[in-house]
Amino acid sequence: MNQALLPLLLGLPLAGAFLVLLSPAGERLQRWIAMAVALATAALGIQLFVAFQAGQEGFQFTFQAPWFRLPGAGEVQIALGVDGISVLMVTLSALLVPIVLLVSPGHILTRTREYLFWLLLMEAGMLGVFLALDLVLFYVFWELSLIPLYFIIGIWGGENRIYATIKFVLYTLVGSLVMLVGLIRVALDRGTTDVAALLRDDLDPELQRFAFACFALSFLIKVPVVPFHTWLPDAHVQAPAGGSVILAGVMLKMGTYGLLRYGVQMFPAAAVEFAPWLAVIGVVGIVYGSLVAWAQRDFKKLVAYSSVAHLGFVVLGSFALNVTALQGAVLQGVNHGISTGALFLLVGVLYDRRHTRELAAFGGLARTFPAYAFLLVIATLASVGLPGTNGFVGELLILLGAFRSLPWLAVLGGLGVVLGAVYMLGMCRQVLFGPVTDERNRSLEPLKPAEWLALAPLCALMLWIGLYPAPLLDRTRLACEALVRRVQPYQAAEGAALTPPLPPGQEPR
Amino acid sequence: MDAPWLWLIPLLPFAGALLNGLLHARVLRARAAAGAGHPAHGAGHGGHGGHGDAAPHPLERWAGILGTLLVAGAFLVAVRAFFSLRGLEVHERVLRAPLETWIRSAELDVGWSLVVDPLSCTLVLVITGVGALIHLYSTGYMHGDRGYAKYFAYLNLFVGMMLMLVLSDSLVGLFLGWEGVGLCSYLLIGFWYEDGAKSDAARKAFIVNRIGDFGFLIGMFLLFWWNTGAPSLNLAQINQAAADGQFAPGVLTLACLCLFLGCCGKSAQIPLHVWLPDAMAGPTPVSALIHAATMVTSGIYLVARLSPAFAHAPGVLHVIALVGAATALFSASIALAQRDIKKVLAYSTVSQLGYMFLGLGVGAFGAAVYHLVTHAFFKALLFLGAGSVIHALAGEQDMLRMGGLRKYVPVTYRSMLLGACALAGIPLFSGFFSKDEILFSAATGPYGAGNWLLWLLGSAGALLTAVYTGRLLGLSFFGPERFDRQRVHPHESPRSMTIPLVVLAFLSLAGGVLGNLFLHPLEEWLHPVVGGATVVARGEHHAAHALEVGLLLFAAAVAAGGTYYGWRRFRTGVEAHERQLEQPGLLRTLADAWHVDALYDALVVAPLKRLAAGAAAFDTHVIDGAVNLAGAAGRAAGGAVRRIQSGFAAHYALWFSLGAAILLLGLWLGARA
Repeated sequence: MNQALLPLLLGLPLAGAFLVLLSPAGERLQRWIAMAVALATAALGIQLFVAFQAGQEGFQFTFQAPWFRLPGAGEVQIALGVDGISVLMVTLSALLVPIVLLVSPGHILTRTREYLFWLLLMEAGMLGVFLALDLVLFYVFWELSLIPLYFIIGIWGGENRIYATIKFVLYTLVGSLVMLVGLIRVALDRGTTDVAALLRDDLDPELQRFAFACFALSFLIKVPVVPFHTWLPDAHVQAPAGGSVILAGVMLKMGTYGLLRYGVQMFPAAAVEFAPWLAVIGVVGIVYGSLVAWAQRDFKKLVAYSSVAHLGFVVLGSFALNVTALQGAVLQGVNHGISTGALFLLVGVLYDRRHTRELAAFGGLARTFPAYAFLLVIATLASVGLPGTNGFVGELLILLGAFRSLPWLAVLGGLGVVLGAVYMLGMCRQVLFGPVTDERNRSLEPLKPAEWLALAPLCALMLWIGLYPAPLLDRTRLACEALVRRVQPYQAAEGAALTPPLPPGQEPR
Repeated sequence: MDAPWLWLIPLLPFAGALLNGLLHARVLRARAAAGAGHPAHGAGHGGHGGHGDAAPHPLERWAGILGTLLVAGAFLVAVRAFFSLRGLEVHERVLRAPLETWIRSAELDVGWSLVVDPLSCTLVLVITGVGALIHLYSTGYMHGDRGYAKYFAYLNLFVGMMLMLVLSDSLVGLFLGWEGVGLCSYLLIGFWYEDGAKSDAARKAFIVNRIGDFGFLIGMFLLFWWNTGAPSLNLAQINQAAADGQFAPGVLTLACLCLFLGCCGKSAQIPLHVWLPDAMAGPTPVSALIHAATMVTSGIYLVARLSPAFAHAPGVLHVIALVGAATALFSASIALAQRDIKKVLAYSTVSQLGYMFLGLGVGAFGAAVYHLVTHAFFKALLFLGAGSVIHALAGEQDMLRMGGLRKYVPVTYRSMLLGACALAGIPLFSGFFSKDEILFSAATGPYGAGNWLLWLLGSAGALLTAVYTGRLLGLSFFGPERFDRQRVHPHESPRSMTIPLVVLAFLSLAGGVLGNLFLHPLEEWLHPVVGGATVVARGEHHAAHALEVGLLLFAAAVAAGGTYYGWRRFRTGVEAHERQLEQPGLLRTLADAWHVDALYDALVVAPLKRLAAGAAAFDTHVIDGAVNLAGAAGRAAGGAVRRIQSGFAAHYALWFSLGAAILLLGLWLGARA
């Protein structure tokens, strides 16, 4: 079972995608097939999470099969495995897809078969990104996950979808090509594409710098960080609700995951060198993203910019380069997927009913749509990191950790805690409270069972992770400690720049 | 001693919150089913405090009963905890309900454990005791409101969170309660959310508190990393580490100042006091419970809880004393010129909290907690009384439109009279002893000549307190009747509302008489928690008895004289007073709260809004503009890409193969080189 779990996890959505595409079944049946496949994959994802040994370092459930020989770069393997960082991402991705399928009948009205195909294909691609332990395989999955989203936005998107897709594709292409260049150089220099080997390797600093720059640029576009972020609001606004959930919940995590695995872990010397700058970029994202979010009049754009701010926290935590901040960053990646995913679903609920996302078109929904108000308030609280919700645990660990290595940046980042409340509560004020200004908001259709089924588990997860995050944190611990051990020698070489400013005469722990 | 049953204290109100929430959902469903035929009419919350337009659901009355009984149950458990503590040796008076594992990371490990010691026991008794009374009062006050069950869900949730705040054994757990009560405050201030202004007040409260919480977080981080021993966020261990000198003095000072910023937010001290007056938008029992008796005293609790750390942090107590004394006087001056009865009480609360901080700042931690307790009694009483008056006048809150009410609402009048005496500091009432204890501690404090400055600020504030209290009585209960007698027929409130008034009136009186007899018992009771810090802050010295008696007599004279003047001056001649309030001048400035809100708007809020708008414009025009420019250059390439958008898998496959080909070609070329 252990050997087969990961190939099964990957193969299921892939096979499901083609089953949906090629089967002559009717639309209803296709939906059921896709849902069955997604649920089975989610079950495997949960099985993976449960079976993962928190006390065991390194990759687990590894699978290897020869693929093909690359001249100059040895044998390319179909190598899969998870460690404490990727296991959470895999489970999150597998859990989000059924939720997306659940709500899709609301807004996917044409070409259902193709939509289901792309969605399942995208799931396979995303899972592959997190599971791949070979550079070539990783790259294949990286590309494989992009194209479906391109179609999902381009075909089922809003009015301005062509502009959004082109922007998205151009950005992504640039990122991918740059990454490809770095990837080729590493593969040729080391004569292997085996990730596990490269993660142990002590690469030449010059090569590290080059490769880190190439990989990191691609990931930073994907996350995205300021100033590479402007594709995101457009993509989100144009994407159907389900696409937005996947985009925010999983796609962006490919970037933050990449930064850790193919940034910090593979090129530790370069990561240490660039870390302060990347942390600055993270903090800029927090403050800038929050300010821009505050000024938005479009509900979905507001959530999109809040994503930029939240991912700024993740970037800050990733490059504070200590265990606490890293554990926070990995957890916050999951948290963002859950709470921002829920927020995009909630935007979709209103859009399905009113066909507008203007904040000003609403108001007083707490009176006319109380169930919606309840869920939106919970998602808002998770998003602003209220203790007892998942967002608090992630932000606390990130800021606490960052405060040790980069205190001033952590203080600036902490302002995000205030600003988050400003724009999120401002949104609630406009949508939920005040008088009902538009008569159409008095007769909104109540939440459908499918919407409840999609949102309730997400809200339950927010509270569960907020009250008992130990199962997640325990699983990330050894992997984050390993990351820190990987960069420590270079931090020491880097000198005082990154050591915590402890009082004189005190030994750093 | 291990006492797992302590968990009942917060869990009973939490259970109430859950059950009442479910009840509310049920009521909403029933209403939706009943009203399906004709869409809801938009009458909104008219009239007094927004009592609703929907007929009460038969289940709803259970919400009030359930909510009240569960909080009363928590009170009984707290009483049991009190007696358990009493049964222990003085220095072993700690009960624990250990529960491991909340946030367990590589370096930080925080659990859920609860701890009861004399300090938290005192607070728990106040929270659940006064809380139960206010729940009972609310069953009458909120009767007929369409959100009746929701109200009790929020109020129960608040009590649970407040209990977590005082019971948690770690700074993180305390912070959970801290932000949790902030959430409930937000929900309850904005309870009648259809009024946009009320909703805005709720948001303002939350955001201003978040500014304080930002300080709280930074303080927490400092205490964690800069501890040269084992880093911990356990409250007892932080205190121990501070006493053992495990923090560099500068670090401890900075950390305590950051935490104090949090206290300024939660307990509405200058410069973060601006949210509390606006918070009066909530239902009046909420003002009594959250914005007078309990939540706003969290900052006092935090400093008292960490008193060893604060006492060992040089300079911090000076700041606290000065901020407290300044707030006490500043805010009392504003209360002089308010027309809204709730606003008077709100500014009065800010002012009284200032006295508590003054007490903390001069190292009289026990006296501060004593004032916290007496204030909880008499200020809750005054708010509930005000609520009863507002109820009697069908929503009128303007004291210039009241007058002569004492014969219409005799029970309310008599109990408020007792509460007012306590607030003004009339001898024998509770507030007299607790406030005097603080002023006396200030006069004999550790700051040399500064003692007298603090005492002077505090005494001036006490004089103003007496005057505005007399004014409140004079304007609302005496003099000619200024309400519209055709329209309004003042009536005494139902029993559910007057019983809590009478009980609290008794406590406001007894808290003083008994308090005077038992003041030393209270200080002794708190001694294991704050005694050490008091000695560190104040040293072991005993003031002259003659000085104590002299200050006592002076304070009594100030209180009696001020109250008499206020009552006398504002019993009649209200028209002249109204003109003064409207024309530019000192009173007008006071009425406008020294224009602090306008100042913040001009200096903070408006520039930040402009910054946000500027950032958004920058994002659209500069960053995205550059991207679009680059995009236009690549439009030719884009044109090719656009064609792929046909949706045919074959096209995509082609594209994908192209990428793979580039990869292979690159590798191959590289290998040859």
